[in-house]
Amino acid sequence: MNTVIKNLFSAKARQKVLAFASLVLMIVIFAVLSPNFFQMDNLISIMLSTAVTGVLGIAVTFVIITGGIDLAIGTLMTLTAVMAGVFIGYWNLPIWLGVLAAMATGAVAGTISGVLVAKLKLPPFIATMGIMMIAKGLSLVISGAKPIYFTKYEGYNSISNGSFIDFSFLVPGLIIPNAVVIFFGVGIVSSIILNKTVLGRYTFGLGSNEEAVRLSGVNVDRWKVAIYALAGAIVGIAGILISSRLNSAQPALGQGYELDAIAAAVIGGVSLSGGEGTILGTIIGAFIMSVLINGLRILSVPQEWQTVVSGLIVIFAVYMDILRRRK
Amino acid sequence: MPESLLVRIEDLHKSFPGVHALKGARFDLRPGEVHALMGENGAGKSTLMKVLAGIYTRDSGTVLLDGQPIDIHTPHQAQKLGIGIIHQELNLMNHLTAAQNVFIGREPKGLMGLFLDEKKLNDDTAKLLAMLKVDVDPKTLIGGLTVAKQQMVEIAKALSFESRVLIMDEPTAALNDAEIDELFRIIRELKAKGVGIVYISHKMDELKRISDRVTVMRDGEYVGTLNTQEATMEQVISMMVGRPLQNYVRKDQNMDANPVALEVKGLNRGRALRDINFKLRQGEILGFAGLMGAGRTEVARAVFGADPVDSGEILVKGKKVTVKIPRDAVQAGIGYLSEDRKRYGLALGMDVQANTVMATIGRFLHLGTFLKKKPMADVAEKYINTLSIKTPSQEQLLKFLSGGNQQKVVIAKWLLRDCDILFFDEPTRGIDVGAKFEIYKLIQDLATQGKAIVMISSELPEVLRLSHRIVVMCEGRITGELSAAEATQERIMHLATLRSAAM
Ligand SMILES: Nc1ncnc2c1ncn2[C@@H]1O[C@H](COP(=O)(O)OP(=O)(O)OP(=O)(O)O)[C@@H](O)[C@H]1O
Ligand SMILES: [Mg+2]
Repeated sequence: MNTVIKNLFSAKARQKVLAFASLVLMIVIFAVLSPNFFQMDNLISIMLSTAVTGVLGIAVTFVIITGGIDLAIGTLMTLTAVMAGVFIGYWNLPIWLGVLAAMATGAVAGTISGVLVAKLKLPPFIATMGIMMIAKGLSLVISGAKPIYFTKYEGYNSISNGSFIDFSFLVPGLIIPNAVVIFFGVGIVSSIILNKTVLGRYTFGLGSNEEAVRLSGVNVDRWKVAIYALAGAIVGIAGILISSRLNSAQPALGQGYELDAIAAAVIGGVSLSGGEGTILGTIIGAFIMSVLINGLRILSVPQEWQTVVSGLIVIFAVYMDILRRRK
Repeated sequence: MPESLLVRIEDLHKSFPGVHALKGARFDLRPGEVHALMGENGAGKSTLMKVLAGIYTRDSGTVLLDGQPIDIHTPHQAQKLGIGIIHQELNLMNHLTAAQNVFIGREPKGLMGLFLDEKKLNDDTAKLLAMLKVDVDPKTLIGGLTVAKQQMVEIAKALSFESRVLIMDEPTAALNDAEIDELFRIIRELKAKGVGIVYISHKMDELKRISDRVTVMRDGEYVGTLNTQEATMEQVISMMVGRPLQNYVRKDQNMDANPVALEVKGLNRGRALRDINFKLRQGEILGFAGLMGAGRTEVARAVFGADPVDSGEILVKGKKVTVKIPRDAVQAGIGYLSEDRKRYGLALGMDVQANTVMATIGRFLHLGTFLKKKPMADVAEKYINTLSIKTPSQEQLLKFLSGGNQQKVVIAKWLLRDCDILFFDEPTRGIDVGAKFEIYKLIQDLATQGKAIVMISSELPEVLRLSHRIVVMCEGRITGELSAAEATQERIMHLATLRSAAM
């Protein structure tokens, strides 16, 4: 456990102090402006809404560090949710198996993106845009364009909304939903993969200088496929989280989530030119996005303006990062 | 067969689109020898070695290792057969640490083979670096190191493979004398262990110091092999260029009567530059000598507006100019040919023509908008001829030219710009002897035409041969100035190591 904590606060993570400080600042400002903000149930709802974009952000962080991009994660999340509905609802697989099968769906789609990028040399933007559209279409086809409900399957809903960490005896209302626990779990495991394993090392290597990695005798293509596949599997987890929270797979949902996830990664200091980034940074980035939206909503700022402000925050955050780097 | 051969390459052919790079090339390597491979820029040296190291696949021909025919398609296969290569261009991952770079692809693993053993990684790297006497912390990011240190890390990496065949493609291009000595010491140790070393370099003196045999290539073909002991430099050079070279003789001229073209006063930039003052006259070649990291490049970059300065004045023809960005400098008639052509000097993904006209594109426009094809082509053609740039056509992308020919394109670009003041920063790095002489002549012609030239070079003979006056730097300050008549290698080295008493 000690190494995990050290890991999350490694030298690279320390660069993210800036992002973290702005997150804290935002929370303080909103708490001062509105008494409703710093309520336990509101804080928990922020965490819950961060979980899905956060997990997607983690998935895309791997791909962005290689110097690529994955636009498919939003609609792929929906496809994995729909497939979970098919596996559990139509085929009556046990829930745990359905969950694994949904992750496998994500991994397969990720593998396909990876092959398109690594072997067929398609630009990642194009390859994953294609997969994005395919996943969107397939979700509608498979579900017949109708939501698949999990209401019959007890327990599915509690994957997200249940809670085995209940601190309400300490602080009233402090009941952490499982979705949040899973989100942090994914974060910790991903951070370990990124910093402690060969896959992580090559993720950075590819983004930094792919040719140099190739000339060092590494089978670059195979690792790239593996990284996209891993990202796909993580997207599968996001699919489970969102469908269990809504207790249904909504085939029309999904598009747009990829941009929120990329924004979270970028705010958290992941460099779009590759070679740089941390999981902790992305998690902080995801929180900044959702605290902002939540806070503005509580202050009754109209939704249109919330979007405008989010856009400004993305630009501002990345500019701050550039300034920091220049030093 | 008198001796067993480690490697034997016969009748090797390799073509790239539009270029027949290797036409029946030949090479062999004995265990425990250093075999130098020489040839002009674009002769095919790197290509031949890349075929041996599995980076390119040959079109035809045979490669024998220990007498057995081998067929290598990937660098990994070559590594497994014990063939290692230090590439001409640095191949490093800037975002990773020195240790991570050295062991990329062969990371030591701990716990169940799943996790990286970071400690072993760093310890092993520390050992390698210590063996090379390189002062680099295995945990520092490689991107923050100087080019020389990066090169030493590359060398450490190649050594860590414990190869039987080690190819070094211009390993000393960025190293200073002390570092070169270390490298040569290591090479001798490897030799004693029976490693066969292929050594590619354009520095003639290194040839005598380290090699046992020399093979010369020209235009992708095998010219001949000599024992270094018996060979003379002239012999090797004429084999390389196919003709004897004229030696350039400096005219000892005093330029003090000429009007001052550039004056720099009190230039300061952090610890890198401290109180730099110098004058440059029209028609003068002012040499800047000093060790690697003395601050010569920093002077050029500061005058050119590429780095911000803390204080200082720049006067062009007596008038004060404000140089904040390179554009200001270019407008004041200052040109800078950077030492790191890949990073600052060229657009590698564009063709020869586009790069040549890059700094002067304004002259080739109709209505300020549309490109004039014909004049651009004519100009590019002219420079390809005058500088003898070896390229199949103007449309060849820069990244496919050999290193030396890329450098010539940078020169063409600034010559076309017609600047009155030119900074040449290591203009002959990685350039073959023939082309070197052409570039010397070019620089001298430019001076004769009245241009003012600053010439930064780490090769003392070159500075001595060309400059009218020599400024010597050490640790960010100017430690002395010598006229051509006074300057000797010894005096320059004395000034170059003259640390300030305060340090
Ligand atoms: N990948 C490539 N694609 C197209 N042409 C290439 C490629 N690599 C090399 N060439 C061409 O092959 C020829 C031989 O190049 P090579 O790099 O082997 O020369 P070299 O002898 O190493 O020269 P230098 O001393 O300048 O490094 C050159 O004409 C070069 O332009
Ligand atoms: Mg070469």
